[in-house]
Amino acid sequence: MFLFLKKILCTHSIFINFTYIWRNIITQVFMKVLVCISHVPDTTSKINFIEDDTKFDVQGVQFVINPNDEFGLTRAMWLKEKQGASIDVINVGNQSSEPTLRKALAIGADRAIRINSDPNDGFFVAKQISEYIKNNTYDLIIAGRESIDYNGAMVPGLIAGFLNINYVTNCIKLEIDNENVLLDREIDGGKETLKGKLPLIIGGQKGLVEESDLRIPNMRGIMQARQKPLEVIEPYDFNSNTETLKFQKPLPKQAVKLVDSENLDELINLLHNEAKVL
Amino acid sequence: MPVITYIESSNGKIKKNGFELASYSSELAKLLNTTAIALTVNVSDCSELGNYGISKALKISDDSLNEFNASTYADIITQAVNKTGANTIVVSSSLDSKYLAPILSANIEAAYINNVISLPSNLDPFTVKRTAFTNKAFSDTSSNSEKVIVGLSNNSFGLIENSIPIDEEIFEVSISNSNLSVESSEKVSGKISIADADIVVSAGRGMKGPENWNLIEDLADTLGAATACSKPVSDMGWRPHSEHVGQTGKPVATNLYIAIGISGAIQHLAGINSSKIKVVINSDPEAPFFKAADYGIVGDAFDVVPRLNEKLKEFKAQNS
Ligand SMILES: Cc1cc2nc3c(=O)[nH]c(=O)nc-3n(C[C@H](O)[C@H](O)[C@H](O)COP(=O)(O)OP(=O)(O)OC[C@H]3O[C@@H](n4cnc5c(N)ncnc54)[C@H](O)[C@@H]3O)c2cc1C
Ligand SMILES: Nc1ncnc2c1ncn2[C@@H]1O[C@H](COP(=O)(O)O)[C@@H](O)[C@H]1O
Repeated sequence: MFLFLKKILCTHSIFINFTYIWRNIITQVFMKVLVCISHVPDTTSKINFIEDDTKFDVQGVQFVINPNDEFGLTRAMWLKEKQGASIDVINVGNQSSEPTLRKALAIGADRAIRINSDPNDGFFVAKQISEYIKNNTYDLIIAGRESIDYNGAMVPGLIAGFLNINYVTNCIKLEIDNENVLLDREIDGGKETLKGKLPLIIGGQKGLVEESDLRIPNMRGIMQARQKPLEVIEPYDFNSNTETLKFQKPLPKQAVKLVDSENLDELINLLHNEAKVL
Repeated sequence: MPVITYIESSNGKIKKNGFELASYSSELAKLLNTTAIALTVNVSDCSELGNYGISKALKISDDSLNEFNASTYADIITQAVNKTGANTIVVSSSLDSKYLAPILSANIEAAYINNVISLPSNLDPFTVKRTAFTNKAFSDTSSNSEKVIVGLSNNSFGLIENSIPIDEEIFEVSISNSNLSVESSEKVSGKISIADADIVVSAGRGMKGPENWNLIEDLADTLGAATACSKPVSDMGWRPHSEHVGQTGKPVATNLYIAIGISGAIQHLAGINSSKIKVVINSDPEAPFFKAADYGIVGDAFDVVPRLNEKLKEFKAQNS
C-alpha cells in the first residue's frame, strides 16, 4: 500500500517540488548538483561498425566525457568551490564507462552513480535518470545539449518532461543566487536571457565555461578518486522506444575538382551550372 | 490518423524551413494514406503551405505566444496531437524545435527521432534514416512506439511542390504558465543566421587575425551568406562563439559551404559534412580539407578572396 501510494505520488511533479521544499526547510544543506555524463568516442575517432553493421566497433577507440558534459562538470566545480555544492555524476551504461566516471571524480565530483545497463536510446536513459532523481532530490541537474555519438539532443528535455521541472538547453551561462537562476540560452542568430528558479535542468555547452577553464585531473585528484564512492545500481524495467537497426558510413567522396586560382570564372561557372548552388 | 507538423514563424511569417517541413510531411502523409496538417502560431495567412501539399492549417493566435517558451509550445502541440489524433509529428531541427521536441515526447510518450534525412524506408516498424556520430555515419532507426516525432534535418529533403486546397481553421488552446521568463534577447540584426542560411562562408586560422575578417564579411554580403569560423578562431576571441561550427560547435547543413584558411580537422569536418557542396580555399595543397571538398582552389586567401568577391559581384549583377 505504501509503495503503491509512493508510486502515484512519484509520478506527479508535486511530489518533486514538495520534497524539494521540505528538504530545504528542515535541513540546511548545500546545493545538490547532479551532472549527467555521457561516455563517448573521442572526437578524433574513426567510426566503424561490426556485426553486419549493427554495432559500433570500439576496437582502438578511446572514450571520453562527452565534450558538452565537460563544460557542465567544470561549471559544477565552480559551484562547489564558490558557493558550496555537492556534485554527483551519473551515467547510464555498462562497466566500460567506469573509467569515464572515475575521471569525473578525479576532476572533483564527490560521488558517482552508474545505472548498470546498455544505454539503448535517449528515452531509456532519461527514464532511468528520472527514476533516480525522484528518489534523490537535486537542486540542479546539468546535462549536455547533445551527445556527440547518438546526437539525440533529448535526454535533459525528456527528464524535464518526465519530472515537470524547469528546463533550459543550449545553455551558455548560468548564475545561481539562492534559488534564483539567471541563464543565457543560445538561439538561432543570437542569445536570450532567462530568469527562473531551482530546481532546474540544463543542457549545457561551451560558454557555460570556456575551453581554457576546463579541468583536467591532476595526480592528487586521481588518487582521491580511487577512494570516492562509485555506486552501481540496477536499472528499472523500462523498454526503449526506438531501435537502431543498422549503421552506414558515408559513401567515399569523389575527388575534389581543383580550379586554378587565376581562373575564378571557372569556379563560378561550376557552382552555377554544375552544382547549381549559385 | 493525419500527420501533423509544427511550422515555425517569425513576426507572423512562416520561416523558410516551414516549406521543407510541409513538403516532407505531405509526402509522408501520402505513404501513410492520410493527410498532412500544419500547426502555426500567430500566422494570419497560411495559404502558401497549400502549395506544398498541406490540406489543413490549425492556426493558433495568442499574443502571449509571441515569445517562444519550450514547455508552453510543447503543451500546445500536445493539444493539437490530442485533437487530431495524429500519431506522426514532424518538427524541424532549429534550436527551438530541438528544445521543445523532447518535452513533447515525454508529454505524449512518443518516440523522438531527430536528424532525420529521409522518408521512412519501412512503415512497420516505422524506420527512417538519420545521421549519427555527428555526421560521421548514418543509422536506420525504427520506432516501436505508437506515436513518433520526426525531427527533420535542415536542407535534407528539399521542396516538393504539390498545390492543393488548404483549409485554414482557428485552433483554440489553453496556455500553460511557465516558471521561466525571458528577460531580454539579443539578435544580431541584419545578419543571416547559420541555421537559416543557404550559403555559409567560413574561415579559420589561415586568416591570421580578426582584423582581416572584412574579406570574409564582404564575400558573405555578396552571396547573402552567413559567416562561420573554426573552433580556434572563436576560442581566441577573433569571432563570437555563435560562429563556431563543427563537432563541438554548431552543425551546418547548407547548400554551399565555403571554407577559407581552414585545415579540415576531423572535428571540423564532422560538423559541416552534411552541407551539399563544399568549396575550399587554402594555400596548402596538402590540407586535409581538400579530401572532403567538391571544389578547391589552392591559393592565398588574401589574394583569392577579394578577387572572387569582385567576380561574384559581376556574376550577381548579370544574373539578377
Ligand atoms: C575535443 C575537440 C573538439 C574540437 N571541436 C572542433 C569543432 O567543433 N570545430 C572546429 O573547427 N575545430 C574543432 N576542434 C579543433 C580542430 O582539431 C582543429 O584544431 C581546428 O579545426 C583547426 O582550425 P583551423 O583550420 O582554423 O586552423 P589550422 O589547423 O591552423 O589551419 C589553418 C589553415 O589555414 C591555411 N592557411 C594559412 N594561411 C593561409 C592563407 N594565407 N590563405 C589560405 N589558407 C591559409 C593553412 O594551410 C591551414 O590549412 C576540436 C578539437 C578538439 C580536441
Ligand atoms: N548514457 C548516459 N548516461 C548519462 N547521461 C547521458 C547519457 N546519454 C546522454 N546523457 C546526457 O544527456 C545529454 C544529451 O545526450 P543526447 O540526448 O544523447 O544527445 C548528454 O550530454 C549527457 O549529459
